[in-house]
Amino acid sequence: MMNLFVLQLLNGVQLGVLLFLIAAGLTLVFGIMDVINLAHGVLYMVGAYLIATFAAATGSFWWGFLLMLPAAVLVGLILEFVVMRRLYARSHLDQVLATFGLVMIATEAVKIIWGTAPLSVPMPDVFSGSIPLMGPLKYPVYRIAIIVAGLAVGLGLFVMVNYTRVGMLLRAGATNRSTVSALGVDINRLFAVVFTLGAVLACLAGALVAPILSVDTGMGESVLILTFVVVVIGGIGSVKGAFLGALLVAVVDTVGGVFGPIWLREIMDPAAAGQTGRVLAPMLVYILMAVILSVKPAGLFGRTA
Amino acid sequence: MSDATATLTAPRRALTGRLKAALVLFVLFALMPPLAAALNDPFYVLIGTRILAFAIAAMALDLILGYGAMVSFGHAAYLGFGTYAVAILASWGVNDLVLQILAAIAISAIFALVTGAISLRTKGVYFIMITLAFGQMAFFFFISLSAYGGDDGVALMQRSTVLGMDLLKSDFGLYYTTLAILVALFVLCHRIVGSRFGRVLTGIRENPTRMEAIGYSPFRYQLTAFVISGCITAVAGVMLANQAQFVSPAFMSWHRSGELIVMVVLGGVGTLAGPIAGAVAALLLEEWLGALSEHWKLFFGVFLVLMVLFSPRGITGLLEKAGIARRQE
Amino acid sequence: MTSLTVRNLTKSFGALKVTDDVSLAVEPGEIHAIIGPNGAGKTTLISQLSGQLGSDGGSVSLGDRDITRLSMPDRVKLGLARSFQITSVLPGFTTLENVALAVQAREGSSFRFFGTVAREEALNRAALKALAEAGLDHRADVLAKSLSHGEHRRLELAIALATEPSVLLLDEPLAGVGGEDAETFVANLQRLKGRFTMVLIEHDMDAVFQLADRVSVLVYGRIIATGTPQAIRSDPQVRAAYLGEEEEAA
Repeated sequence: MMNLFVLQLLNGVQLGVLLFLIAAGLTLVFGIMDVINLAHGVLYMVGAYLIATFAAATGSFWWGFLLMLPAAVLVGLILEFVVMRRLYARSHLDQVLATFGLVMIATEAVKIIWGTAPLSVPMPDVFSGSIPLMGPLKYPVYRIAIIVAGLAVGLGLFVMVNYTRVGMLLRAGATNRSTVSALGVDINRLFAVVFTLGAVLACLAGALVAPILSVDTGMGESVLILTFVVVVIGGIGSVKGAFLGALLVAVVDTVGGVFGPIWLREIMDPAAAGQTGRVLAPMLVYILMAVILSVKPAGLFGRTA
Repeated sequence: MSDATATLTAPRRALTGRLKAALVLFVLFALMPPLAAALNDPFYVLIGTRILAFAIAAMALDLILGYGAMVSFGHAAYLGFGTYAVAILASWGVNDLVLQILAAIAISAIFALVTGAISLRTKGVYFIMITLAFGQMAFFFFISLSAYGGDDGVALMQRSTVLGMDLLKSDFGLYYTTLAILVALFVLCHRIVGSRFGRVLTGIRENPTRMEAIGYSPFRYQLTAFVISGCITAVAGVMLANQAQFVSPAFMSWHRSGELIVMVVLGGVGTLAGPIAGAVAALLLEEWLGALSEHWKLFFGVFLVLMVLFSPRGITGLLEKAGIARRQE
Repeated sequence: MTSLTVRNLTKSFGALKVTDDVSLAVEPGEIHAIIGPNGAGKTTLISQLSGQLGSDGGSVSLGDRDITRLSMPDRVKLGLARSFQITSVLPGFTTLENVALAVQAREGSSFRFFGTVAREEALNRAALKALAEAGLDHRADVLAKSLSHGEHRRLELAIALATEPSVLLLDEPLAGVGGEDAETFVANLQRLKGRFTMVLIEHDMDAVFQLADRVSVLVYGRIIATGTPQAIRSDPQVRAAYLGEEEEAA
């Protein structure tokens, strides 16, 4: 039982790190530009498809990974230049509609280019296999590598936000948008940089997860809503909030999904517990969100609206 | 004091214009089935019913989106409550439409009251994302409801009865019943918009701080509107279940919520009659593009992006640009 | 009993004390002006009194009722209305509708979903009366967004009047209004004098000394003097801190 718990906890942390990568970009885009982007989940999917394509073409995960990065930058820049840039000054309703359109376009385009059959990405040899954790418990090396890579990116982001000029502008922008323009900064360039950074992080998350997940067109959707929950819980504009929110959501989702029914069995008969658990488990993160929001409407680290 | 009468004519003129538009729509709807029969293609009547049901939902969403500036991205949940009210009650042997509608309204009212109260403590992007998340919560609830088919959904053995009568058995009966409900609900929404409550709601949309400064607490009015809108959407769900004779979580995916918003914007936000036309336009466009290509969503997406980028005010905006419709100031 | 009592009110933004231990006793029926140089914290004070902004310490009472913790809508219902310095009306509503909403808030329920509000004679009549008192009844059916600046200021006043306040907080009602317009506006306020208590924030010193029964001087969040217009005019401390600059500038 303890082993299962540790295993699920690690899975939760691994999912949390991925969610953080996606949510970090999203929360900055929300916080600084006040733009809602429904197409952010699509970028995660695109990242996975890019690495799948490049890895297949070169026969190597690493080459695939290296080629994915500039491609992701390109995708982010094009998206920003063609569509997002025109949406900054528009109403949230317009942003919802246009990015909803982008989701449709991207999903169908991926189907046309890559077909509907799921793709797979080979796991790099160095990271295949498992390492013993405690007793008979083993954990896949690759998942640990994801956690480490995600934490490293998170640390880099933390340094960037807190100790660089761009980061200073980001923090100022998240608190008060007009300050930044008052500082005489080229807002358009700052926005383009932030949006592209967010896009690359989402693609990176998709690329990292590709070897352990089947790459298909539905993968962006499931993660998008979870990311929204993360951003809302953490507080819009807060990278720190996105980090804690991501871990919280992912751990509750993974651990609760498995242990919910087990714990429920303590208080009701097994059949009813199984049924209730199955129904409740997928709702857990939303209930968590509801509870947090009723206490802190602006999220854990959000500025009060 | 003689100005009092003059004062009342200006807004009334705009209102009667919209009433006329709605009337034209309703007459066209009423003429559609005989026309389909003449063309010997009764399938149109079923598609028509689907359009009418979505028109109800789009109009309900417009009540809060257009008049209350609340962009709810979780309204498909209420469609879902409506459809499942039919499926679940039918499985208990309750086939009466009235009871199913009442059940759908009751469950929607509770859900809207709780989630609305939480969502309305926030605004802007937060509100959109939170309503989306709550919609998704309802979606997952029904996916894990294995007694009713879970992910796959469940087929309905028969259509609902109306107070013991087989009114909905024929496609025509179902169509005209749905149309009658649409007209009734339109009148209801129209009255609400023109009422004291409606004026307060619109005032809050225009300037919440000012409304507080003259003694209104926006929250309770917004929440009331949110609940009403959810309940009306649930009625659309009940009719949709009868149309499809099949119920599944697919009715409440977040894409549906997005499509409802598209319908409202396409027809014109804050016009009630507009979103009805928007539902017609969006669903016909879907059918048409779907017949052209299996990748119709690609074209629909391109259409959406272009519409936002080049015609911010929807179809009404396009018509105004072309000088067909008079700009309503 | 005073009509509005403020005791030791404070408010800080970060390290900056914007309202610093302010106490005021506004007598029933008087026009009590609050003057002070730019940045003295006048609008902040009004916002605290109206409930738009919370206070860090101190209390506000309306009559004998402590309203320190009440929200803005609740204060309005008790008879404390305000106008805004930066015009803040409902732009898509007609002038009459703007005022009718205020009438509706004061009398009867707004949870009525069916009757057509535009046809409610009682509401319209009361709204027209308030408009007439602000000198704007001839523009009743114009959309608020197409009013001129001076007309906007009158609409602000009409809306505040329609709430039938016992105390009216006026935040620079004359801001940006010049010449003849200002004179009629002052005459309007003069006519309303005595019907309810007014707390007036105003930069136009002519208007202040014409209208006010008493004047309080706010400098850096503190009240440095309160008295009749004559007393304030001759108060050396006030002259040094405030009026002196004004006269030099003029």
